[in-house]
Amino acid sequence: MDPFDLVGAEPGPARTVLFDGRPVPALPGQTLAAALWADGVLAWRTTRGGGRPRGAFCGIGQCFDCLATVNGRPNQRLCLLPAEHGDTVTTQEGHGHADLEV
Amino acid sequence: MLKRTPYDVVVVGAGVVGAACAYYAARAGLKTAVVDRGPVAGGTTGAGEGNLLVSDKEPGPELDLALLSARLWRELAAEFGERVEYEPKGGLVVATEAAGLDPLHGFAAAQRAAGVEAVPVAADELRTLEPHLAHGLPGGYLYPQDAQVQPALAAAHLLRASGADRHLGEAVTGLLRGPGGAVTGVATARGAIAAPAVVNAAGTWGGELAALAGAHLPVLPRRGFVLVTEPLPRIVRHKVYAADYVADVASGSADLQSSAVVEGTPAGPVLIGASRERVGFDRTLDPRVLHRLAAQAAALFPVLRTVQVQRSYRGFRPYLPDHLPAIGRDARVPGLYHACGHEGAGIGLAPATGLLIGRQLTGADPGFDLAPFRPERFERFEGAEGES
Amino acid sequence: MPTSKSEPTGPAGGRAGPCYDLAVIGAGPAGLAAADTAARFGLRVALVDAGSRLGGQYYRHPAPELGAARPGRLHHGWAVFTRLRARLAASPLVDHLAGHHVWAAEAGGPGDGGRPWRLHATHGPGAADRTTVRARAVLLATGAHERHLPFPGWTLPGVVSAGGAQAVLKSSLVLPGRRIVVAGSGPLLLAVASSLVSAGAEVPAVVEAASYLGYARGLPVLAGNPAKLAEGAAHGAGLLRRGVRLRRGSAVVEAHGTDRVTAVTVARLDSRWRPVPGSGRRIACDALAIGHGLVPQIELAVELGAGTVTGPDGAVALEVDAEQRTSVPGLWAAGETCGVGGADLALAEGVLAAHAVAGRPAPAREAATRRRRRAFAALMAAAHAPGPDWTGWVTDDTEVCRCEEVPAREVRAAVEELGAGDARTVKLLTRAGMGWCQGRMCGPAVARLSGGGAGRPDSRPLSCPVPLAQLAEPRPD
Repeated sequence: MDPFDLVGAEPGPARTVLFDGRPVPALPGQTLAAALWADGVLAWRTTRGGGRPRGAFCGIGQCFDCLATVNGRPNQRLCLLPAEHGDTVTTQEGHGHADLEV
Repeated sequence: MLKRTPYDVVVVGAGVVGAACAYYAARAGLKTAVVDRGPVAGGTTGAGEGNLLVSDKEPGPELDLALLSARLWRELAAEFGERVEYEPKGGLVVATEAAGLDPLHGFAAAQRAAGVEAVPVAADELRTLEPHLAHGLPGGYLYPQDAQVQPALAAAHLLRASGADRHLGEAVTGLLRGPGGAVTGVATARGAIAAPAVVNAAGTWGGELAALAGAHLPVLPRRGFVLVTEPLPRIVRHKVYAADYVADVASGSADLQSSAVVEGTPAGPVLIGASRERVGFDRTLDPRVLHRLAAQAAALFPVLRTVQVQRSYRGFRPYLPDHLPAIGRDARVPGLYHACGHEGAGIGLAPATGLLIGRQLTGADPGFDLAPFRPERFERFEGAEGES
Repeated sequence: MPTSKSEPTGPAGGRAGPCYDLAVIGAGPAGLAAADTAARFGLRVALVDAGSRLGGQYYRHPAPELGAARPGRLHHGWAVFTRLRARLAASPLVDHLAGHHVWAAEAGGPGDGGRPWRLHATHGPGAADRTTVRARAVLLATGAHERHLPFPGWTLPGVVSAGGAQAVLKSSLVLPGRRIVVAGSGPLLLAVASSLVSAGAEVPAVVEAASYLGYARGLPVLAGNPAKLAEGAAHGAGLLRRGVRLRRGSAVVEAHGTDRVTAVTVARLDSRWRPVPGSGRRIACDALAIGHGLVPQIELAVELGAGTVTGPDGAVALEVDAEQRTSVPGLWAAGETCGVGGADLALAEGVLAAHAVAGRPAPAREAATRRRRRAFAALMAAAHAPGPDWTGWVTDDTEVCRCEEVPAREVRAAVEELGAGDARTVKLLTRAGMGWCQGRMCGPAVARLSGGGAGRPDSRPLSCPVPLAQLAEPRPD
């Protein structure tokens, strides 16, 4: 049994998103966080203090642990974003705004 | 009523001003207690940005107090170091239009005569100092003496270093009175705390505390909102604000004034103050105010348009009608001292206030003219609050 | 029902849109029931919701593109949802504003001639767009979020919230691992474990901190709520059948691993939730789903000064009258915002609130359901209230605030050395609770560690982040 069997799901063909340059399949309607989980990836951010790995925790947009840089825009909650074909997800280091530092 | 260990002084208020009074009183050898109905930094202090400014003050008694305080903060920073997040970052005041330059030059010239360091910054130098500043601003002034602390940490560490006994979460319900009406301590819900001197550092509630002694002190709240961005790298180096801010601070109007003061913090978020309105203690969020602050901050630093505002908070500045604090012995009530009504400058003015109160308490020469801050100066001032 | 991801009120909120009779915030059971009932009384309703599809957390379901033939297999009461959804879709009076995050509510003036309420919301990609929803009355049906109690290793990837594991399963049909320990406290755990197991996960243990003795004290209440008992029993029986062990009076006191969780230590707890020394036992796993009950999400109302009550578990909820009125005129609340009590209660309260808004007398059936279910909710909250000594498993190195990475050591120092005695002061002195989530994850823990206890609602003047550019735009009105 898997979740697809359980609900009799017949999804359309997978899309491809890029995670740190590597292709990862995502089914239509899945969030980016779910697509990464399905690929065995649990972390896509490092904290700005201790540099520790983090990924999705609350799964519903409340905890902001699942932040990553998506298509160049930092601090996006992957648990809320539907995966679109060609999305580029980059592991975010800290605040994700290093380019702004003066 | 249970009498507890007599102290030399009881300070009412565990904000930054009360903490500074306790710190300098203790350093002068006085046995000190601090009483607050809430926690440390629970009032205006906890809602402040930690501005230690000389740049926004015109020559006069408040500027003299700010200059003394700036020196004291440097000493305190040597003692407390990074624990209070002291940053001698300097302030940068910019004119937003060419017509604003001349008044700024005049203001700075007068300040320099009073001992303020003010360095003119030409239009083409502004972005060297602040690379993200908007293009096309006509010029400004750099004030190297402006600095910043994290106000709650500052209050907590000053209070801790004072060694004073802390009576937190203990509301003052009355004042103990002795022969001739002299104040001899405070009464709280838990008992009496006796001392020959009581310092009113109760911030926005300073007027109510004075009233317990039958003394008139018209402290009123002036609401302010602060916007806090997401954590960012250092994108703003100084405390940066538009020259209009000075006029807002001094304004007597009850209406909303706002002029963005933009600054980074060691923790990452950028703080955007500072609105000023007289609406009593109304805590309701006003989206109009947030809009004004955001728009003004984005006009100074267009890069802020790309970031998120993570939260907002509000506080109430305690002000007196002439915009000067009440500092010193109350000539009307023996044993009562005041250290309140610092409006939005309490973090900056706290050490000088504490030092001068400490000197008065020990009978030393304050070495500073406290006359402009006399607490009883409003006895003949009635009716002058009618600006609104 | 026009469903709009953009606002029906004109571009970028540039001009004032319609003034609704009722704006419902939240499209879970309470909000759906309220919108449906209000529309049947002829009211114009805006159903404003952060989610992309109706249902909230409880009726969360797969995106249509996933082609699920039997989405109800992951739900109780799915038919109730599909019926409500169909009725709302057919109603011309309800506008569904999907993907709209309300960040602040401005109260309206009294009476029909008064200023309408204004809800400020972000929406669209990057939350870049803005809508102001105007309405004569507002119903807050924003539900709840999970309560978390920190323990060593809880920030490791693979440690996820119990509700989060279930949410991702329901919406995207994905599990966080193959072998998932489910732990914490509260009835949600059994439901989550059931879902995970039926979706093919191995669940080596369900670890419940409460002893369940608390329920024994409420036998009359239990007898009055046979459906709730049956629901719990069904989960329990299903789990037993699949060999899942329920460990009561126990807790995960540490998650192990370097870059992801590889095992947990489960220890027995005494009646005050203090771990019993020497009782620890290691269980290998590749994921941990953790949660300690739910707390109402009420900040929009708290900012308006609405009155609150503190539940038996210390959670702060909105105070409402028998017709779901809050203390703020024009503001109603229903469901978990009035105290966590489950979907049936939320549905009933949504119906009750809509009747009151429409000026109709309260229907007897829903009023009776409310009485019964509120009693059950109180019993449940008391039975699963965190014991006072759970802090015994919090080592000094344990991160309390996930966002700002504040360890328990700093929280304790703020209390013991700097004189902090409540969560707000600890936050000011340590930054615990000052990060992206605004203390939603660490709030209850910081309150307990600061010794201040609960009872004071958290203040969040902005209920979610807002792009500064959006705040800087001129207001539409």
